[in-house]
Amino acid sequence: MIPSPAKFGETQAVRRRRREERVARAAFGVMALVLVVPLVLIVSHLVAQAFPLLSWDFLTTNPVAGMRKGGVWSALLGTIWLVGVSLAVAAPIGVLTAVYLNEYAGDTWLTRIIHLAVVNLAGVPSIVHALFGLGAFVIFAHLGRSILAASLTLAIMTLPVIIASTKEALASVPNSFREACWNVGATRWQTIRGIVLPNSISGILTGVILQVSRAAGETAPIMFTGAVFYKKIEAGNPFAYGLKDQCMALSMHLYTVTTQVPDVPHALPYAIAVVLLGTTLLVNATSIALRVYLRSRKKW
Amino acid sequence: MASSAEGGALSDPGDLSIETRDLCLWYGTFQALKDVTLSIRNGLVTSLIGPSGCGKTTLLRCFNRVNERYGYVTTRGEIRVLGKNIYDADVSLVALRKSVGMVFQRPNPLPLSVYENVVFGMRLHGERGAPKKKDMDEAVERALGEVGLWHDLKDRLTMKATSLQLEQQQKLCIARLLPLKPDVILMDEPCSALDIEGTRAIEELMWALRGRYTILVVTHNMAQARRASEECIFMLLGEVVEHSPTSDLFLAPRDARTAEYIEGRYG
Repeated sequence: MIPSPAKFGETQAVRRRRREERVARAAFGVMALVLVVPLVLIVSHLVAQAFPLLSWDFLTTNPVAGMRKGGVWSALLGTIWLVGVSLAVAAPIGVLTAVYLNEYAGDTWLTRIIHLAVVNLAGVPSIVHALFGLGAFVIFAHLGRSILAASLTLAIMTLPVIIASTKEALASVPNSFREACWNVGATRWQTIRGIVLPNSISGILTGVILQVSRAAGETAPIMFTGAVFYKKIEAGNPFAYGLKDQCMALSMHLYTVTTQVPDVPHALPYAIAVVLLGTTLLVNATSIALRVYLRSRKKW
Repeated sequence: MASSAEGGALSDPGDLSIETRDLCLWYGTFQALKDVTLSIRNGLVTSLIGPSGCGKTTLLRCFNRVNERYGYVTTRGEIRVLGKNIYDADVSLVALRKSVGMVFQRPNPLPLSVYENVVFGMRLHGERGAPKKKDMDEAVERALGEVGLWHDLKDRLTMKATSLQLEQQQKLCIARLLPLKPDVILMDEPCSALDIEGTRAIEELMWALRGRYTILVVTHNMAQARRASEECIFMLLGEVVEHSPTSDLFLAPRDARTAEYIEGRYG
């Protein structure tokens, strides 16, 4: 007979479980790190390859010589316009829809249909959005291929995610605040304006702004609805595009330069990619800064 | 004030703050209140006791119709507050809730300053534009004075209400109702998140406020009902079993179910 081990001593089973614990921890940790590696590789590779071309002039001059030389001004400005207009359309509609769904609507067949529509809209591939935009905005609404048509298409694409993230932000406001308001006789709108919105605004803005970077990167929805291969505009004038104009866009420009134009300098596509990436990173950084600022003002 | 001719069983109708007649309430298909007929007297502290799920909180929430915000509620029967049937078509929910305020289990000050919490209701109900600064200052001093917070907080009116101690938060939640000049204050287990000192303070406050306001307090704590209320209602499975002066209910319960409950046989 082996003497029984001391109380609380380690048995075979406990040792095995501890080994498993160590393996699990290591495995999950490695997976998380693996995620970082491609990001770092992609960004550093892009920047290294693009380095010879990157300069202020690259941002502020139009492409020349069949897009083989010059900068990306008209594409950069086009992207800014597309994203800006689509945001101006999608943000109010999305936020108001989410407020309705979260604060006013009960669980009825109507809200269930809206829900279903939102979820399914989010799952529609962007090329399908593009075809819808072509049919609905370009042809049916007679907007023609224009910034307006392309922006509306992008807006429809970003709407469902804005609605979902806004709803989440609203739902994170504790119900006890709403109860407190109702019980001093606040209407729903007074509750929303006085308490719910001020306390969810950081989450709402984050959700909205993150959609900006998604819209900036999309090519499919704009290539049928308003983006063109090449367009020369007045350099340095931020209002060189009008709503009814067609425009260039960074994502489309990158596609064109890499696949359609022969004899492009090696660094050019990389430089365009860096500008696109930089734009979205800038927007994301703004969103983070805004969130930090608004969080610091909110306490409960 | 009172128009109900039938009146309640306990005293003449002019004294009644809240009356219900055959009040039934369903959450979906579940019946939470069964033929509740009650007469609650003006200016008293009345406690509602009973085991979990007996409908105390549901009943409380009926009195300012805030139940309707929680979805799928159907009610039948009549509730009169100060003689007025609150299901009449001409009743404004805003005016009703102004007159019948509620205090919750977890103190729920709004994420605003102490000052803004107290004037929140005034701002909501202001006739046109913001109320005058002077009126608000006076209201804050009076309301905080009534709940015994003025002395402690008069120099900290701009601090976040959510960073106060729990006891102070709960007092503030009561103070928040007062500038609206309510007639009835409903309290849903107002002390269950507080320690002994906090509980004592809130009970003393209830006692101090009685007479000026009709106070209805739901409690899980039988000893509290006994200490801090003048009349007591015992509920079981959605029905009112007994409603008597507190001392009678605890010393000489009329119903066998009440007797067993206060002896601690169930619940």
